[in-house]
Amino acid sequence: MAKLLFLGRLEDAAGGAERDLPLAAPTALADVLAMLEPGLAQAAAGARIRLALNGALVPADGLVLADADELAFLPPVSGG
Amino acid sequence: MALTVPTALDVRLALDPFDPHAELAAFGASHDAAGGIVSFLGKVRAGEGVEALELRHFAPLTLPGMETLAKDAAARWVLDGLLIIHRSGVMAPGDPIVLVAAAARHRRDAFAAADFAMDHLKGDSWFWKRERANGAWRWIEPRAEDHVDRARWA
Repeated sequence: MAKLLFLGRLEDAAGGAERDLPLAAPTALADVLAMLEPGLAQAAAGARIRLALNGALVPADGLVLADADELAFLPPVSGG
Repeated sequence: MALTVPTALDVRLALDPFDPHAELAAFGASHDAAGGIVSFLGKVRAGEGVEALELRHFAPLTLPGMETLAKDAAARWVLDGLLIIHRSGVMAPGDPIVLVAAAARHRRDAFAAADFAMDHLKGDSWFWKRERANGAWRWIEPRAEDHVDRARWA
């Protein structure tokens, strides 16, 4: 089971801050996104969304999600 | 070669309310020899129907990013100490969100370091903000001005 985290406004698009994703085998990001609702997949794949795999920032290119991984979708920040 | 004393950095992600006046008093007391201290306190704005403000963070990145920011500031200006406290969680109007204080021998270093830290906390630290008005939560998008503010330091 992998875990997806949705930060900021993506939480609203996902209907929750996190969700579990059963993975039969290591899965490429595009295939992970294809498992989501179309609206959420589109929002999560946006050009300004950064990705963190198991807590570390990673590029989207070549990303593969394996069992027990945690992938966070990070929209543009707005602090202070 | 001049002897350089490392800047004392105190960087905290506060999950509960903090008392900015007590923090500032303690910071001042621990930097007795500084020529000056510049501080900035950011609070939840009252009015415009806002009932609550929430800041979310992402634990693996948020505090490490704040620590890197503090080190960057300490490398750019001559500081005795730098304090950064940033809240995460739900706050009410008037509540403190962020406190930055810079202690230095010379005032321009303290002003610049505090200004730099605030621009980067607002613009590129790992926080997401939403507010509740009329019972409904709404995420706050980054403002174009935040990018302009940050570009001053490039």
